[in-house]
Amino acid sequence: MRRLWIALTYLVFFLLIIAPLSKMTTGAFSNGFDGFWNALTRPEALHALMMTGLVVIVVTLLNTLFGIMMALYLVRATWIGRRLKGLLNSIVDLPYAVSPVIGGLMIVLLLGPDSPLGVLFEEIGVKIVYAFPGMVIATLFVTFPLMVREVMPVLQEIGSQQEEAASTLGAYGWTTFWKVTWPSIRWAVMYGVILTVARSLGEFGAVLVVSGNIMNKTQTATTLVYQDVENFNVAAAGGVALVLAAFSVGLLLLMEWTKRRKGVH
Amino acid sequence: MNSLLRHKGWTWGFRTTILLYFVVLIVLPILGVYYNSFSLGFRSFFESVTDPIAWKSVLLTLKLAIIATLINVFAGTMIAWVLIRYKFPGKSILNSLVDLPFALPTAVGGLMILLLLGPGSFIGKAAEALGFEIVFHQPAIVIAMIFVTFPFVIRAVQPLLEELDPSEEEAAYTMGAKGSRVFRKVILPSMLPGMISGGMLAFSRALAEFGAVVLVAGNIPGRTLVSSVFIFGEVESDNPVGAAAVSVILLTLSFLILWLINMVQMRGRRS
Repeated sequence: MRRLWIALTYLVFFLLIIAPLSKMTTGAFSNGFDGFWNALTRPEALHALMMTGLVVIVVTLLNTLFGIMMALYLVRATWIGRRLKGLLNSIVDLPYAVSPVIGGLMIVLLLGPDSPLGVLFEEIGVKIVYAFPGMVIATLFVTFPLMVREVMPVLQEIGSQQEEAASTLGAYGWTTFWKVTWPSIRWAVMYGVILTVARSLGEFGAVLVVSGNIMNKTQTATTLVYQDVENFNVAAAGGVALVLAAFSVGLLLLMEWTKRRKGVH
Repeated sequence: MNSLLRHKGWTWGFRTTILLYFVVLIVLPILGVYYNSFSLGFRSFFESVTDPIAWKSVLLTLKLAIIATLINVFAGTMIAWVLIRYKFPGKSILNSLVDLPFALPTAVGGLMILLLLGPGSFIGKAAEALGFEIVFHQPAIVIAMIFVTFPFVIRAVQPLLEELDPSEEEAAYTMGAKGSRVFRKVILPSMLPGMISGGMLAFSRALAEFGAVVLVAGNIPGRTLVSSVFIFGEVESDNPVGAAAVSVILLTLSFLILWLINMVQMRGRRS
């Protein structure tokens, strides 16, 4: 009985994860290493990877900052009423429930060329939709809950006693945060950063809608994979996808390592 | 420096910035979709929704997501059980691999399935010879959904199994209960909350999935066109109002599921 269950588990893992992954790896090298290298060093592929890198950096920075602050407010703030806090708390999760395509559609509807806000920005000379800012906003929307949800439970767990003690002893807000709160939340923040990087690296639906997928301008690595597949250039798609997958596996390993550190503090 | 940092204006500025960021980034876009779908009046909303391509895509998505979720609930519970209860070579590697579908970009996931099962591959040819069609047909969409939502049930059931007190099981065995009876009366009830909440998360994710599905689905209206791909098509063909109408249905459904999950978890905590 036991053997059977273990064998079945291996079977599911093999069929669902291991076989597709190895198939993609061999597929990327189907034209030899040169084919893989050529697929990666196409100008549009290099540009797409650079765009992805830029989006990841900007989004991770903004989300870390605002995510930690939001978590602090949702757990600690006394100036928000309890009802309002509960409401805000449930709103944080909403991006999880929103399909990425709808997330992108929201940004287009709100800031696109047909909307009043979009017209306003256009007059100032800032292009948001079908340009870099829109892609950042879409990715921010999708990744917003990750950091908040990682930091909040830790804040709840450590309680506010130590922080109160610190401020009774005369420490100011910043000092209390850096000396008391930060050391206990840093691994949770680290974990949140990894999750955010992984998610924004792989974001596809929202970015595809918002960016317009313009080659050498707003194309990211994931949307390039999509375009390659649409153009029946599967080998080239495999090359870019393999690089993305390698990053994801690296992040996954980092996640496992952080998880262990997080448990120990 | 400190006196400058302690100024009250800082606190106010900070609080307003954070809350404003939150409202502008999350709340405003969601309200925007609801507003836009009704912007041409209720009639046009109704027309967009009752367009056969639109409502068939919603129904198809629901159907396929339910199939994917059921498979995931069974396979996920089994895997969670094996990973917690049994010791075998490669266990910790499998346990780390569980999260891979979360970490992989969904478009990469879709490409992987396309390469493995596509017309040029070994499995694709074999299936074709047997008269099955996988890629660009419904089975591929279900497989893509299963792949993307794979970790949810496992990760929801695992902690429950870990918490389960072995003495409860032992007591049942001591009193002479058979293995299957112990499973039904002791183990299954303690796994059930995880199966339900994990299953619902998987369901809502499967409903929303786009990246993996768009690469493997044939996108034939009524047959293999799921709603997220339909919405994308409407946006591409410059019909944001029609896209918004279908989005509103999908969104409302997702929010309902999210609310249900919260209720289940709250009740689980209280009892």
